[in-house]
Amino acid sequence: MAILKIKKRNNILPGFGLSLGFTLFYLSLIVLIPLSASFIKSAELSFPDFWAAVSSPRVVASYKLTFGASFVGALINAIFGLLTAWVLTRYTFPGKKIVDALVDLPFALPTAVAGIALTAVYAKNGWIGSLLEPLGINVAFTPLGVVVALTFIGLPFVVRTVQPALEDLEAETEEAAASLGANRWQTFHKIILPAIWPALLTGFALAFARAIGEYGSVIFIAGNMPMVSEITPLIIITKLEQYDYAGATAVAVVMLVISFQLLLIINALQWWMSNRLTTSK
Amino acid sequence: MSVAVASQYLKYNTKVARSRATSEPVWVRWTLIATVLVFLSLFLFIPLAAVFTEGLRKGFATYIAAIVEPDALSAIKLTLIAAAIALPLNLIFGLAAAWAIAKFEFKGKSMLITLIDLPFAVSPVIAGLIYVLIFGLQGWLGEWLSDYDIKVVFAIPGIVLATIFVTFPFIARELIPLMQAQGKEEEEAALVLGASGWQIFWRVTIPNVKWGLLYGVILTNARAMGEFGAVSVVSGHIRGLTNTMPLHVEILYNEYNYAAAFAVASLLAFLALITLALKSYVEWQAAKNAVRAEQEIE
Repeated sequence: MAILKIKKRNNILPGFGLSLGFTLFYLSLIVLIPLSASFIKSAELSFPDFWAAVSSPRVVASYKLTFGASFVGALINAIFGLLTAWVLTRYTFPGKKIVDALVDLPFALPTAVAGIALTAVYAKNGWIGSLLEPLGINVAFTPLGVVVALTFIGLPFVVRTVQPALEDLEAETEEAAASLGANRWQTFHKIILPAIWPALLTGFALAFARAIGEYGSVIFIAGNMPMVSEITPLIIITKLEQYDYAGATAVAVVMLVISFQLLLIINALQWWMSNRLTTSK
Repeated sequence: MSVAVASQYLKYNTKVARSRATSEPVWVRWTLIATVLVFLSLFLFIPLAAVFTEGLRKGFATYIAAIVEPDALSAIKLTLIAAAIALPLNLIFGLAAAWAIAKFEFKGKSMLITLIDLPFAVSPVIAGLIYVLIFGLQGWLGEWLSDYDIKVVFAIPGIVLATIFVTFPFIARELIPLMQAQGKEEEEAALVLGASGWQIFWRVTIPNVKWGLLYGVILTNARAMGEFGAVSVVSGHIRGLTNTMPLHVEILYNEYNYAAAFAVASLLAFLALITLALKSYVEWQAAKNAVRAEQEIE
């Protein structure tokens, strides 16, 4: 590949050809070729068939639920994740180290386990569900359950992107703001929030992107009723089980295109974030 | 928090003393702490506790019986096999990718990093689907494979492939920024002193990145053993043959065998807790090393 040709600038270290060659080989074998298979498979459908597969009412309802619930989940995580990051960087309280370590639980806990645990807790007879039922709130087996599961799996993203940004803030800027007469809320609103904004947005985007593709934790708590609480990944599985490979692939391609765009947005956000950090120093 | 971030964290955590002008009143502080703890309890602590209490609800004997039952044991075995294959392969890939990207300049580098990240952006269900499209009966290689009686999908190779895919970026992602930050002066010095390429790699590079490497391995292992969506698509759910632990949990749960489902789930939850403990330890070690290195420079 010509574009990957090394710039010969007196680099004396060995192993470039071997390491890059293996990287490209393995990347193509595991990721690129199989992914392109899905695009080629969807090309077997004529455009009207493709359009019919990805725009049937049941599929459209699943997009609305997947993207809506992912957005709400990511929003909850943005607010409470910022608060969690704030508390973990600025305050001390007993058990803080354990709380800090447990924030990463959704990364480490298998999604199926998270799914059945959340269902058990939020079902009508569960620890939290039984408290919410008298209030007329049903979580498990409703779209609200989808939001709960997607909030769970996205929880670490905002905390872990905002935490380093908060730690990087210089105490001097806050002191300057205070000495100029700003109260704490003004300092937070006008000084701190603008500084951590890129990190917060990145965390939000990461949580959102992760939530869109999530399957394991959602299917247990969602109830999976067509048109009501059926997420898009489940539609793909249902189509596969009915041997509708082309239909499953068509919906998958729609999701892939959206995911890739999100990946590009996240990359741009991260570039913005690191730029912000280096220029502020 | 990555290892690189963790070392920053320790550095900045040393200057906690804040004046009254840049901190909040006590009541605000405790309200915020309480809010965070309630939020985390609702979404993390209570569900985690539920896994263990539900698993033990019918007593310890039922708990043990659910785990030593043959189908559960074969699920545990398959989970271990899949992780044991996926982990070394992704480890070799991660080291190769980090070496090429961190030590050399070439065109298309940022494109390559984005492509390595791709599996993070792909839904696990789609990760499973793409292998069905290639190796399934109707897939590209389907006929050829069935002529030779090789089964990939609905068999162990498919499960291993799906596991490799979903854990693909973890180690590379951890090593690339770490090796980029370290530069290549030490390797060049070793080369000038007459070390061979492999000697440099084993004696200079690996010791320098060992905590980041370990961190990536821990994350890869946790995800490999816990993956559900991708494996679910390619496994075919054949009891005792192609069921991993998470899939076994699902089957038990759908059969309303809740105690057994949570018993097996509690093993996975226990694994998650060990993962978090190891992860914290590695972060702490890496931060300690970074601080020590800094002091030596000063």
